[in-house]
Amino acid sequence: MRRYSGDISLVLGGAAGMGVQTVEALLVQVLKREGYHVFASKEYMSRIRGGSNSTEIRVTDKKKGAFVKRIDFLFAMDKDVIPHLEGRISKETIVLGEREKICATAKECHVIDIPFTRFANELGNPLYTSTVAVGAALGILRADEGFFEQYLREHFARKGEEVVKKNIEAAKKGYVFGKHIAYHEGIEVRLAKSKAVENEILIDGTEALGLGVLAAGCNYISSYPMSPGTGLLTFLADHSKGFGVVIDQAEDEIAAINQGLGAWYAGARAIVTTSGGGFDLMVEGVSLSGIIETPMVVHIGQRPGPATGLPTRTEQADLNLVLYAGHGEFPRAVFAPGTPEEAFLVSQQAFFIANKYQTPVFILTDQYFLDSVRSIPKDRLQKIKSENFIIETRTDYKRYSITESGVSPRGVPGYGQGLVGIDSDEHDEEAHITESAEMRVAMHEKRLRKMKGIRAKSLLPTEIGDVSHADTIIVSWGSNRGVVEEALEILKQDNLAGLHFHQVYPLPERTKKLLTKKKIVVLENNFGGQFANLLKLEYGIKVADNILKYDGDPFSVEEVVAKLRQM
Amino acid sequence: MLDKKIYDMPRGTDMAWCPGCGNFPILNIVKMALAELDIKPQDAVICSGIGQAAKTPHYLRVNYFNGLHGRALPPAIAIKVANPRLTVIAESGDGDTYGEGGNHFIHTIRRNPDITNIVHDNMIYGLTKGQASPTSEKGLKNPIQRDGVIVDQFNPLAVALSLDATFVARAFTGDILQSKEIIKAAILHKGYALVDVFQPCVVYNKQNTYQWFKDKGYYVDASHDKTDKMKALVLAFDLERLALGVIYQREGKPTYETLVREGSTPLYEKGFDTGALEKLIGTYK
Ligand SMILES: Cc1ncc(C[n+]2csc(CCOP(=O)(O)OP(=O)(O)O)c2C)c(N)n1
Ligand SMILES: [Mg+2]
Repeated sequence: MRRYSGDISLVLGGAAGMGVQTVEALLVQVLKREGYHVFASKEYMSRIRGGSNSTEIRVTDKKKGAFVKRIDFLFAMDKDVIPHLEGRISKETIVLGEREKICATAKECHVIDIPFTRFANELGNPLYTSTVAVGAALGILRADEGFFEQYLREHFARKGEEVVKKNIEAAKKGYVFGKHIAYHEGIEVRLAKSKAVENEILIDGTEALGLGVLAAGCNYISSYPMSPGTGLLTFLADHSKGFGVVIDQAEDEIAAINQGLGAWYAGARAIVTTSGGGFDLMVEGVSLSGIIETPMVVHIGQRPGPATGLPTRTEQADLNLVLYAGHGEFPRAVFAPGTPEEAFLVSQQAFFIANKYQTPVFILTDQYFLDSVRSIPKDRLQKIKSENFIIETRTDYKRYSITESGVSPRGVPGYGQGLVGIDSDEHDEEAHITESAEMRVAMHEKRLRKMKGIRAKSLLPTEIGDVSHADTIIVSWGSNRGVVEEALEILKQDNLAGLHFHQVYPLPERTKKLLTKKKIVVLENNFGGQFANLLKLEYGIKVADNILKYDGDPFSVEEVVAKLRQM
Repeated sequence: MLDKKIYDMPRGTDMAWCPGCGNFPILNIVKMALAELDIKPQDAVICSGIGQAAKTPHYLRVNYFNGLHGRALPPAIAIKVANPRLTVIAESGDGDTYGEGGNHFIHTIRRNPDITNIVHDNMIYGLTKGQASPTSEKGLKNPIQRDGVIVDQFNPLAVALSLDATFVARAFTGDILQSKEIIKAAILHKGYALVDVFQPCVVYNKQNTYQWFKDKGYYVDASHDKTDKMKALVLAFDLERLALGVIYQREGKPTYETLVREGSTPLYEKGFDTGALEKLIGTYK
């Protein structure tokens, strides 16, 4: 008897172009509609065809937002899957696939032969293999048969009745086979269904971010493709008509950010998206945004560097880059969402801060976050009121009037009687070049005064467990919220709690109190402990320990639990 | 016609150009062209990069975006797209436009936004004290290539033509009236208009002087068919005699801002439709 209760890890592996994505898309949707919580994350190679990629789908009866190393069921589409995932396959793993295709390499794992090809051939097209696999998975889980039929009908409707029929047939073949396997192998899956989940929406990091960007009223994007930042550009392109978003594919990242600044200057709300390598090229524009006090929102989907690094993997090593990007001193803010809800929120907040304080603002995500899909209740996408800070200018308008808060009312060309100049040189209130030391000091201090307002608006971190009573605090940021939540839940220790930051700079003053006299452990995906160092710098506190990972994969729950147990 | 004085800076405005610099006449020409075309200061934006030429917007009263070295064009495109009602001029030096900003030069031409690109071409890096620019002549002695420039000269007109620029002109700062007409035509042209203005650097370029240009330059006459691209290319490639005037012009090519967005409402005037967002979120399942 093999019993599974409450939490299953289902992994689909195959070469690029073999339909792993299709299986994932179908499966998560059907499972969610059945009332299961799903969380899917992917890893893939930087190539268009071939290689070996995998997607992990966790099917759980409570919400989870993290990757597990464990594989309960592995659907192996070709011979490379098992060697590729060797480190994650255990004696408990059940491998499903065509024995003759995978067996040569399958060592000690438990392989169950599923004649995908035969089934697909019976239906007349190898394309149906994916649907057979979906059916088999649903059979093993004993999902409701009527239910997936209805979904497949909807999903394939556009492709015509024949395709619908064949897919349903394929799924049924798989389903019957899956049930048969479950029976023979004594597989028993216990997963509670939840009515609430049925009505939730499935969303990945990129979509949540994109929706937030639209909610912020973004109407201009100029960018140059670079994984994993490109998804946002594609997302906005998909919705450019409905939302009136100008889409410009720039000749390079330098052009992208300089265009973005021109757009903001003229009254648009612009964003640029890239990854670390592309951002390197944008850095001059960041500094420009700082001195011309023109808002800018930059999304950086992190991947491991230096240079081209691991193009399709994940890391959090560009925090220092965005903290210090750009020569000279100027205010900035950095956000790093850990859930779709946070992504939706911080993208709006990023626009708000950039707009209000007229300075560059960064949203740091990573491949793991952007590509992970989960279900969330629709109403958790929290809309913040978007404000318009543009003023109508009078003839005596001065773009850089010196103010107490440091914020000079922002006019745009063509709106009002005044003239709007901006200047990358040090300048006077009217934006003309100056070399006066006095004016330099006044302007520099004016700009940097804005930091106070920005800090006062910093988002408070999320407490995981009882932070004020625990003596050890596991600090995380960005994509690591889910893994810390789950690890702490597993460990269930009163002396242990977590604090997750979705704004990483500047840090809210109030939070310092929470962290004093505690043992601080910072968990992040980099070598140097970049956020740990920032905590020290911002709060003057000690960090007792770092939990670091930089192999290109996300933290697994098991790994974090083990690390915390060791401490 | 507006009074050109409305573009004048207050008396006593400090100007960073050297006495005798070819930039002064260009400044005057631009003011005259704007005045004659009835373009109010509020409705014009000059984008520039960094260099002596790029300081131009500080010396006349219009809106301006004085950005980074080499980057006059990307903001100019975005400004035109964000508010197509504005007259947008990108004005910088030869080093700024063709060197540091070379990639933007290429791809701005391909986009064909309705902007005017005035390049103050002194065939030298003025501000940084006399190094070679892409348009410096082979053999020109300078502080870095002590024995003279060893690489071929960049030919902006030929490059622009080969990228199907819709308006390509050369002007000479020594001739205010003709240059003014060329720049007016460039501003009126619907699409990207390049005006490469020869402008001597009296301090650092002792080779390409007013006289040198007077000897080499000549105006294309009425018989020149400016819609003939091959003829225009022949003129552009001739570096012995420098053709002046509108060498090529083609009407009717769609401009970038009309391709990339709808209408011409400035983006800041556009309201936000929360209904559309609700609807989109509603499509998620
Ligand atoms: C990124 C960057 N690199 C270098 C410089 C230094 N720099 C300023 S202007 C200039 C060249 C200017 O030449 P040009 O554009 O021909 O203008 P001119 O002064 O001749 O009018 C250089 C190299 C700079 N400001 N920024
Ligand atoms: Mg020059």
